[in-house]
Amino acid sequence: MTVQAWTFLLVAASFALYIGIAVWSRASTTQDFYVAGTGVSPLANGMATAADWMSAASFISMAGLISFMGYDGSVYLLGWTGGYVLLALLLAPYLRKYGAFTVPDFVGDRYYSQVARIVAVVCAIFVSFTYVAGQMRGVGIVFGRFLEVDINLGVAIGMAIVFFYAVLGGMKGITYTQVAQYCVLIFAYMVPAIFLSIMITGNPIPQLGLGGVDQATGVALLERLNGLHAELGFAPYTSGSKSTLDVFFITAALMVGTAGLPHVIIRFYTVPRVRDARISVGWALLFISLLYTTAPAVAVFARTNLIASVDEVPYSEVPEWFTNWEATGLVSFEDANGDGLIQYVGPASAETNELTVDRDIMVLANPEIADLPGWVIGLVAAGGLAAALSTAAGLLLVISSAVSHDLLKRSLMPQITEKQELLAARIAAGLAVLVAGYFGMNPPGFVAQVVAFAFGLAASSFFPVIILGIFSKRTTREGAILGMIAGITFTAAYIVYFNFMHPELNSAEHWWIGISPEGIGTVGMLLNFTITVVVSRFTPEPPPQVQVLVDLIRVPRGAGEAHELNI
Amino acid sequence: MSERPHFGEAAGRPSVTDPETVARHEEYWRRNIRYVGIMIAIWFTVSYLCGIVFAEALNALTLPGTNYPLGFWFAQQGAIYVFVVLIFVYVWLMNRLDLEFQVDEGSDA
Repeated sequence: MTVQAWTFLLVAASFALYIGIAVWSRASTTQDFYVAGTGVSPLANGMATAADWMSAASFISMAGLISFMGYDGSVYLLGWTGGYVLLALLLAPYLRKYGAFTVPDFVGDRYYSQVARIVAVVCAIFVSFTYVAGQMRGVGIVFGRFLEVDINLGVAIGMAIVFFYAVLGGMKGITYTQVAQYCVLIFAYMVPAIFLSIMITGNPIPQLGLGGVDQATGVALLERLNGLHAELGFAPYTSGSKSTLDVFFITAALMVGTAGLPHVIIRFYTVPRVRDARISVGWALLFISLLYTTAPAVAVFARTNLIASVDEVPYSEVPEWFTNWEATGLVSFEDANGDGLIQYVGPASAETNELTVDRDIMVLANPEIADLPGWVIGLVAAGGLAAALSTAAGLLLVISSAVSHDLLKRSLMPQITEKQELLAARIAAGLAVLVAGYFGMNPPGFVAQVVAFAFGLAASSFFPVIILGIFSKRTTREGAILGMIAGITFTAAYIVYFNFMHPELNSAEHWWIGISPEGIGTVGMLLNFTITVVVSRFTPEPPPQVQVLVDLIRVPRGAGEAHELNI
Repeated sequence: MSERPHFGEAAGRPSVTDPETVARHEEYWRRNIRYVGIMIAIWFTVSYLCGIVFAEALNALTLPGTNYPLGFWFAQQGAIYVFVVLIFVYVWLMNRLDLEFQVDEGSDA
């Protein structure tokens, strides 16, 4: 079978599986639709969270980014895993005990204020839409590269699939498809990584291979790569070039942002008990770390392979994968000195660099570089689609529940029946799919950048007010509202100023004390914390029933059905 | 804000007024905060201190038995392993604490 036939077969089989699950797990109540009837087992929820969390960016782009950034790529590895510790320790168990359907639900009730609820709804929709547009784009790109389908048609196919299981099954359908999607994506990620690790280091475990010895030269792999980098005029791979301060702030913004993203938080509403919420964060991070500890290994293998297989190689003798990807325009060679050899060199070299490689192809091209069979390539396509679709579905649910539950049921039309609310949720999910699809087909030029900034926005809006809402009874609605508005406005303004208004000033010497727009969410978060705490001191303390509520969410007992309560 | 607040599943529960229970819950919360503090300190040390602030200095060493520069290892592998272990340890400690203070959710709820 050809590579294309394998790809068609595996993608079609995985889609059929998702649809089958959607039909089997239809939602019949709003509780099913919003929180899967709170009946998901912690292990299944861990897998679903992992798939929900790992997007097209994690699957397709991250290893490539790290490959080109070296040590600096650690911001993604630390930033996108460390937030789970915060979730387990500070958020998930208490939000599960509270038993809401959405994040604005909690914010509105804890801060006894419709204004707080609406501010939270706006933040949730804004963060989720910026994120989902990137996912639909990812779907289109995978279709375009592997199946030679037009990108727009690819987006439309992806929309149809998500529409089917998100609208029909709500959270219940999404949860069980995400479990399947996790299995597909992790298998697709590990298989080529294991092959590569054996090829380069002789060790079948990529995580260990990274610290192993390069088979070809007998030198430690990382030492060899640092040596190659020094020779070619790149910064040392294991040291990086960003300032320590900036790495610190970017990592913090990504970690805290992870813990504040509504589509991640709501996953922990779906388990039966508080103790299940705690342990399912553990499972989620375990499943995520499988990919996240493999990615830096893949990055090093790919980097070493790339340099070894193309530098100073005559253009006429390049490997086949090089020619294949050259056709897509993602690899390009310009023989600046006319010697017919490829010079791939860094900024510190005396020679001129002649090779441009798109960082996204590192994961996608890996199976070809390693000369793996056609089914592995098809598997990578199915894995990339699983990663993008699972994240898109989770985000769409946040948007639909923000509209049908927080905006309609809890604010504008409290008299609607459960049936009407469920219908509204389905319509909202459907509309959200259409909007997401539109952005996928007509991406505003800044989508890729904005996705990275969604973390800063989540960090500077939700995280502080949720934490303070649980850990400090004295926190008032005035404090929370002003804190959220100040945090998100400051962060958004800094990002817009440097990226859209004055991109020419976007460099370290102009940044405030050297903090890049990617890391500014941390400052926004600290600002939000400070304002919330200070304003709370000077405003009347929360009403007694809210303080009782805080006492209740701090102890696990009584999270199940109301009749089990026996305090 | 004329609408009465609604408290999700926690609505309509009797508030706890019995002084013994209140004291027990307060002690439970203090112990929880202490665990959280210890965990956060470890979390901060492995990621921000070992992986970022002192990474360059630690890179002079390698992880014993391997060829990883130590700071680089913390930043790209080690901290993540510690995160996973931290969560499972916290879960274990809290499940024990829930039982000790009789705030657990029972075995089959």
